[in-house]
Amino acid sequence: MREVLLVAAKDLRIELRSRVLLFQVAPFAVATLVLLGFALDADRSALRHFSAGLFWVAVLLTALLAAQRSVAVEHAGRAADALLLSATGPARIFAGKALALAAQLAALELLLGVAMVVLYDARIEHFGLAVASAAAATVGIAAAGTLYGVLAAPLGVRETLLPVLLLPVFAPVLIGATRAFGDALGTAAVNGWAWFGLLGLFALVYAVFGALAYGPLLEAET
Amino acid sequence: MESAVWLRDAVCCRGGFPALAGVDLDVAEGEILLLRGPNGAGKTTLLRLLAGLATLDGGRGTVLGCDLQSDRRALRPHVGLLGHDLMLYEDLTVGENLRFFAALAGASGAEVRGALERLEVASRLHDVSLRRLSAGQRKRVATAVLALRRPRLWLLDEPHAGLDESGRGAVNRLVRDAAGSGATVVLASHEAPAAAEVATRTVHLAGGVAVSRDAEGASPPAEVPDA
Amino acid sequence: MSILLGRSPGRPTPEAAPAHTGSRTTRILGAVTLAGVVGLCLCAFIFSPPDSRPGPEAGTRIGQFDAVRLMYVHVPAAIWTYVALGTCAMASAVYLWRRSAWWDRLAHACAEIGVVLCAITLITGMIWGRPVWGTWWEWGDVRLVTTLVLFLVYAGYLAMRSVPAAPEARARRASILGLGGAVLIPIVNRSVEWWENRTLHQQSTLEELRIEDLTLFTLVLGIFVMGVLALWLAVHRFRLAWLEAEAESAGLRAALAERRAEAAEPAAPTAGSGEGTPSAGAAGS
Repeated sequence: MREVLLVAAKDLRIELRSRVLLFQVAPFAVATLVLLGFALDADRSALRHFSAGLFWVAVLLTALLAAQRSVAVEHAGRAADALLLSATGPARIFAGKALALAAQLAALELLLGVAMVVLYDARIEHFGLAVASAAAATVGIAAAGTLYGVLAAPLGVRETLLPVLLLPVFAPVLIGATRAFGDALGTAAVNGWAWFGLLGLFALVYAVFGALAYGPLLEAET
Repeated sequence: MESAVWLRDAVCCRGGFPALAGVDLDVAEGEILLLRGPNGAGKTTLLRLLAGLATLDGGRGTVLGCDLQSDRRALRPHVGLLGHDLMLYEDLTVGENLRFFAALAGASGAEVRGALERLEVASRLHDVSLRRLSAGQRKRVATAVLALRRPRLWLLDEPHAGLDESGRGAVNRLVRDAAGSGATVVLASHEAPAAAEVATRTVHLAGGVAVSRDAEGASPPAEVPDA
Repeated sequence: MSILLGRSPGRPTPEAAPAHTGSRTTRILGAVTLAGVVGLCLCAFIFSPPDSRPGPEAGTRIGQFDAVRLMYVHVPAAIWTYVALGTCAMASAVYLWRRSAWWDRLAHACAEIGVVLCAITLITGMIWGRPVWGTWWEWGDVRLVTTLVLFLVYAGYLAMRSVPAAPEARARRASILGLGGAVLIPIVNRSVEWWENRTLHQQSTLEELRIEDLTLFTLVLGIFVMGVLALWLAVHRFRLAWLEAEAESAGLRAALAERRAEAAEPAAPTAGSGEGTPSAGAAGS
């Protein structure tokens, strides 16, 4: 656990120092939300009705950037080799990196949530459901992003390959999170907690699969 | 003396090219071995192979008692590698880099300070981002990180390159102390005078093969490995 | 399977590699496939009747008419898509366990054939859906959406495989991706099912259809022919991958010899020492 937190703290500290998240990823996220607003003709009722889905599309696109960044940090200067040479188990490195990515995504989701309320006139009716389903989705996205990130990492075509691999994986997250948020925002008459369960299942599956698969992938770099 | 490195007909491919084409190598514990050879001779690949980072594609090898085919994970924590890429985080400060790797290696704060002092990294640099350091200063930091891990096998790729006279002296002192305390050192260097000063033996690499060894003559011709 | 594919897992073949991927078995398979395709075409287009039955009003006919003939390709392609991609996922799992190149090649061959069959399934389904459902695409249909995601996942798998990399590292990545697809698909299926909570599929195809003897026979024939075709292609693809590996390892041996010659005259320049082909499956031995 100590090593997990060490790796996570290291990644977050790098983000604090480099400010890539703040100056590049966050503006991208908000710009996505704005463009989606244009796409729906800035129709107030339509925007409000679709706010849950648009929010999660923006989150997933932003997550691609954040996952790329999380991988790039280890590959500049071959720092990943240093992690391999340490006695730290790959599952703990995976957990640390996924944890840091989840924390960054949570911050971005907070920002996007505010933007959604302001720009799309969304109203959060069930706060607990929104937070719980966002948390489950975030863990799932972070686990999948970390896993597929290290898979694409050593390849020269990382920037183009990672989205191709990752976006289909995000499909159930988008469906589940959109439905859960639809319930939380009062725009869809569904049982949001059932969808929270599905998001939790996704997060659990990818956390376990990622922890098991991370080692062989980290080894495959050479 | 125990053998720290034992390679027989080791083949190692990088991007489909046989960077090592059948290396035989024995290094005893406590030795300081200097690898020499022209660019492209396979020195860097050999060091990565000994670190357990590159896969052994043919032949056999044991490093620190760990089989290179099956047991690389057990080997890695006992190895310190100083490569061309310094394996540090550019966005973090000197102190943050050291503390992170020290914490992973279980080293104390006093050891961190000691390592920095030995490599003569000025304390005013501790809070400076690595990005802003010169190449020589970075190399000193990377060497300090390596020393913190207290490896049993030191693998140094051009440790003197980019360092000034005092830096080379500091590296050589560190290498001698490591060997004195029982660790084994393999270093690749073109800086002949600085490296020859510490080395107890020299092996020449050319074309991915160890071509000659001091006091042992030419190595026997290697067989084609089973592919 | 191992008899068909020529060798048992992980055992290198000592004799020289043949220059082609054919063998007696594959030629027989090919002949059966060819005959089957001819027979299927005859049954599907000529002998079997169009789907048509009396409507509720006198003098009218309802049904899928000639569109039903697409079923003879669509249903077999769908079935063998799932078999091929399922085999890919299973072979990926075994690769991670055994680390033998044999399973990696099997996964690769199955993935390629599975993706092609999946595309055929989707395209024929859309062409069929236009006249029968009145739409090219139906978001509410679980199988449609799941199959599309399946296609995207394994298209990504092939995209990753196409990137040059060391064979062993590529095999590892591919096996994780192949297995990851199998992990993902049930979740996608479940989520789409809940999402729209309805499916057009079952009602409008087999159950409602008045299956006549010849229609059923043609469908079964289609499944058989598509299966033989997929197997035939898989065997060839597998052997091609094996030949590629043999060529790579021959290239590696040549590069090794050249490299050692370089060592004999250390003064020679080190540049231009052979075309780098990715290393052979030496790790598999």
